[in-house]
Amino acid sequence: MRRNYALPLLLLALLSLSACSHTLRGTGDLGVVIERASGSVQLVETSGRTALQRIEGLGDLSHASVVYSRDTRYAYVFGRDGGLTRVDLLTARIDKRILQSGNSIGGAISQDGKLVAVSNYTPGGVKVFTADTLELVAEIPAEYGDGQLSKVVGLVDAPGQRFIFSLFDAGEIWSADMHDPANPKITKFRNIGRQPYDALITPDGRYYIAGLFGEDGLALLDLWHPEKGVKRILPHYGRGEKKLPVYKMPHLEGWAMAGHYAFLPAVGHHEVLVMDMNNWQEVARIPTHGQPVFVMARPDGRQVWVNFAHPRNDTLQVIDTATLRIIDTLTPGKAVLHMEFTPRGEQLWVSVRDEDRIDIFDTETVQRIGTLPADKPSGIFFTDRAHRIGL
Amino acid sequence: MRQQIVQLTALLSILAIGGTAGATPSAERQAQLLHLLKQDCGSCHGMTLKGGLGPALLPQNLTGKPDAMLIQTVLDGRPGTAMPPWRTMLSHDEVRWLVDNLRKGVDDAP
Repeated sequence: MRRNYALPLLLLALLSLSACSHTLRGTGDLGVVIERASGSVQLVETSGRTALQRIEGLGDLSHASVVYSRDTRYAYVFGRDGGLTRVDLLTARIDKRILQSGNSIGGAISQDGKLVAVSNYTPGGVKVFTADTLELVAEIPAEYGDGQLSKVVGLVDAPGQRFIFSLFDAGEIWSADMHDPANPKITKFRNIGRQPYDALITPDGRYYIAGLFGEDGLALLDLWHPEKGVKRILPHYGRGEKKLPVYKMPHLEGWAMAGHYAFLPAVGHHEVLVMDMNNWQEVARIPTHGQPVFVMARPDGRQVWVNFAHPRNDTLQVIDTATLRIIDTLTPGKAVLHMEFTPRGEQLWVSVRDEDRIDIFDTETVQRIGTLPADKPSGIFFTDRAHRIGL
Repeated sequence: MRQQIVQLTALLSILAIGGTAGATPSAERQAQLLHLLKQDCGSCHGMTLKGGLGPALLPQNLTGKPDAMLIQTVLDGRPGTAMPPWRTMLSHDEVRWLVDNLRKGVDDAP
């Protein structure tokens, strides 16, 4: 009797498999756009430049960011309210969601793809979860001084199964070796400078650099030589000039690099700093339209695109890295918050929050080639981040 | 009697802001101010004002803090912290209106 069911079941299985084959797809040209006010994300694809689906129910997404699983099927969305949401890009559904703290700022995925770490403001510290089930495996309170907890910023993954992060209130950089996930081995670097506000790691995973808000300059940690400690670089870039009020903290994300030049936002100044990575010396300052927030290099390094802090945040500028000159100034509209290059850099997607729009630019012609509606869009994250150290 | 109280209250609020007329922002400006509060103040204090790099600004966080201190913090910033001065973008009356609304609680809806 049981056998009689076997054939129809097999046929059914084959049928549904062939039905599925119409929708089989890779995820390499997908991305997620944060809709910060409505707690939703849009799933987008860059080949046809379309929005595929809106996914709702992700909580407070102001200042949300995303990392990807190494199979690039899942997006981990870190929300401001401490929410950590795993979104399945193939089914366009929330696969798992937890509230892991009161107030968080960002996250990272480990070198082996098995751990997801979240940096928290309240309570200050880092929590580490299994990537597949989002179960808590380790808590690292950012304790300093007389037992105070510091807000944690600039959390990145690093080679050697490590997470590196900075303590805003304590002025410290910590490295957590996660080989034994339940017992992280912490190395602390103290007195790295006042109020590190964000950090980045070079694409090779060697240098961790934290920007300082409380003083000029940046803090540099060479992960090949941690025994040499943290060194201060560009300590004089703002000296003697009055710092302007900062209405939005700059971000250090990825690494705007062309040849051996690195491009960085100057805090409190209308300038992009150019630094020679061979000796960490300043090479040039490029005057800009406003205080830079994101300074991002096209993947080939030939252009750097810059957006700006409130109230000059309707503008984008393009720097030619060969001449260190601004070659274009665009005004997409009110509140240009974030931008993301396609993996090989032919397109740039830009979120224009107050216009409820994503603008898509051809980076060669610097012309707008498309636009998509979005509800108060902020961060844009494409899946090629899955395979890049520090993103 | 009631009218007298209203007049007295009006007089007091005029006095409290140093003699300048305590005008309530226009409806259009109120919408702009709320937008600024959620989106731009929100980039440090959280869009729902539950705090971030900057402290939470919910009603319970503001009890015991006098208006004058809060208004001055917004207008002039707090040296040594990340709080910038907003004087070039906001008037005293606008900041007072924002502080009043923060005390009442600004609803979560964007």
